[in-house]
Amino acid sequence: MYNPQLNKAGELIHLLSIEGLPQRILTQILDTAESFMEVSAREVKKVPLLRGKSVFNLFFENSTRTRTTFEIAAKRLSADVINLDINKSSTAKGETLLDTIDNLCAMHANLFVVRHASSGAPYLIAEHLQRIGRDDVHVVNAGDGRHAHPTQGLLDMYTIRHYKKDFSQLRVAIVGDILHSRVARSDIHALTTLGVPEVRAIGPETLLPKYMDKLGVHVFHDMEEGLRDCDVVIMLRLQNERMTGALLPSAGEYFRHYGLTPQKLARAKPDAIVMHPGPMNRGVEIHSAVADGPQAVILPQVTFGIAVRMAVMSIVAGN
Amino acid sequence: MNTTILNGRVIDPKNGVDRLTNLYIVDDKIVALGEAPGGFVADQSIDAAACIVCPGLIDLGARLNSIEAELAAAVAGGVTSVVVPPDADPPLDEPELADRLVHRGEEIGKARILPLGALTLGLNGERLAELAGLKKAGCVAFSQANRPVVDTEALLRAMEYARTFDFAVWLQPQDYWLSRNGIAHEGEVASRLGLAGIPVAAETIAIATIVQLVRDTGCRVHLTRISSAAGMALIQRARHDGLPVSCDVGIHHLLLTENDIGFFNPHARFSPPLRAQSDRQALSNAAAAGLAAICSDHTPVGADDKLLPFGEAKPGATGLELLLPLTLKWAAATGVGLVNALARLTAAPAEVLGLPLGTLSPGGVADVCIFDPQATWLVTPEALKSRGKNSPWLRQEMTGKVKLTLAAGRLVYSA
Repeated sequence: MYNPQLNKAGELIHLLSIEGLPQRILTQILDTAESFMEVSAREVKKVPLLRGKSVFNLFFENSTRTRTTFEIAAKRLSADVINLDINKSSTAKGETLLDTIDNLCAMHANLFVVRHASSGAPYLIAEHLQRIGRDDVHVVNAGDGRHAHPTQGLLDMYTIRHYKKDFSQLRVAIVGDILHSRVARSDIHALTTLGVPEVRAIGPETLLPKYMDKLGVHVFHDMEEGLRDCDVVIMLRLQNERMTGALLPSAGEYFRHYGLTPQKLARAKPDAIVMHPGPMNRGVEIHSAVADGPQAVILPQVTFGIAVRMAVMSIVAGN
Repeated sequence: MNTTILNGRVIDPKNGVDRLTNLYIVDDKIVALGEAPGGFVADQSIDAAACIVCPGLIDLGARLNSIEAELAAAVAGGVTSVVVPPDADPPLDEPELADRLVHRGEEIGKARILPLGALTLGLNGERLAELAGLKKAGCVAFSQANRPVVDTEALLRAMEYARTFDFAVWLQPQDYWLSRNGIAHEGEVASRLGLAGIPVAAETIAIATIVQLVRDTGCRVHLTRISSAAGMALIQRARHDGLPVSCDVGIHHLLLTENDIGFFNPHARFSPPLRAQSDRQALSNAAAAGLAAICSDHTPVGADDKLLPFGEAKPGATGLELLLPLTLKWAAATGVGLVNALARLTAAPAEVLGLPLGTLSPGGVADVCIFDPQATWLVTPEALKSRGKNSPWLRQEMTGKVKLTLAAGRLVYSA
């Protein structure tokens, strides 16, 4: 199948999803990110790789953390960064997504960082750019609907590689609202592509997508059983609105069954790391004793995220 | 006006005809097959050598957003009768609206319009529309298009009322609650792409409810656009029980599956959604066994309404001009013979409608489609007369091209 993320030479020109990317590209991104870690420790935290280029942060959905880290990453690459808060601009006046893109291309945009509430929106943009012959303009997906959040997936992989060194012996559990989670989907594709032998999904039936086995994932409903002997535990954020429908009875009941407490974490390996894409709901999906405990690597994830986003932007803009 | 169609391979599925012969037409009627009737002198002769001559196709579902262009598209696709669902703007819920639509169709004089009246006012599933008045204005049956009746009591009453006059009710079975937030089949692809799913149960629950109400009321029901294996199995059981239930499938659902969504292709968004391979196979088997008619479910959608993320794009595809070549493609892929395949587009929909159409029987209406089964053409926006250029088959080659279409004896299309 035609993959809009890669050019004819098989190089990454857009980052839309982890799915369909070969292991060599994931490894290239992680290696490049590692080389950028040193930049963040410098007095002058800049490299000139994107000097003269314009990066547009197009956030059709609210975000603080992801947008900020993309902005920092682009600035450390010496790019000009323009933040567009779309909720308050043209689309509110009826302009279509692709009209917005055409206008920004006319302003000589080089790279779009896109977050959108609809799954697949960045694909639509990438295909449009190809159609109008703008292969000099790149798209990085910063989260689309429930579909993908590939830079989060990659920074999670960076974190795992940093602490665990080797993917080939790991048991990784992803816990919580996988159905609505673009992070979970990106993590699953990244983990399986990088050769993790066992990926587990833990949650109630109402929060798990159907046919998880087809994604190469083992499903557990009992969290203690699911965490047994895991090396990595990835907790997912539970949105408050999940409590209003018939998905879950209450935050309290959810926490009792699927909240990560020190007792439940004790089932995992003693050196297991605990990750979370943020923002956390303490007392809903994670106990503060774990979130602030020695096994949590949640803040390093954020730091690694900047280097990973620098790597992604410099690679796609260079191809 | 006497017309002879010479040397064609005449296929009339209703009468089991498939042979090289001539067809004789006087005014709007077919008068003979094979030998010219005594004293017949042709005013015009049409050479149909190397072509297939079959009854004009009957499409059980086509939306006519811009009526003139869409009727031109119909006859270009060999379709001479078009069943129009009531979900126009405004919905077809008043006799005057139906009257106007039928007259407009007659004025244009291409394909025959067979409107479905709205079952309920505004299609809101609450108050009944004036069914008898709509019938008098030309409506052939009553429908909710693809909007479900949420209130089961309203559905029961509507079916009882329709039964009173022996009107048929056409329903697209889709449970409101299970389908309202969904945008794709709840399956592997939706899970992977993060698209909200519509489970098969949305269809089976609705069919089970409708079938039970048919059992209780005796109302004749035609179930439209079946999408799942389980749904088709329920319908076959109901028919086996002798209930007055028929069904159709959209041609796209016989050829495509959830996998055709690929990377969020908005042209693969349909209502009901494209489902799994096993569903497609079951629908195909049912159609091949003569248990379902095939229709285009023609839904012209403007380019702007498709150039959107998958979940925001309008569902549906253009179909009037693709119905025949896609049905031929299906027949070739499944080994269904040409006579049987054409029956799905002629005799089968005529039977659903209870109208004496879809046949070349002498004495019958001279609706005729003449097509070259070998001719190939490329699907492009320019090649389509329909205003709807939305198709998952764009830039693909079709085999089978309509050469001439006659509606009630008049030449309405010539390639």
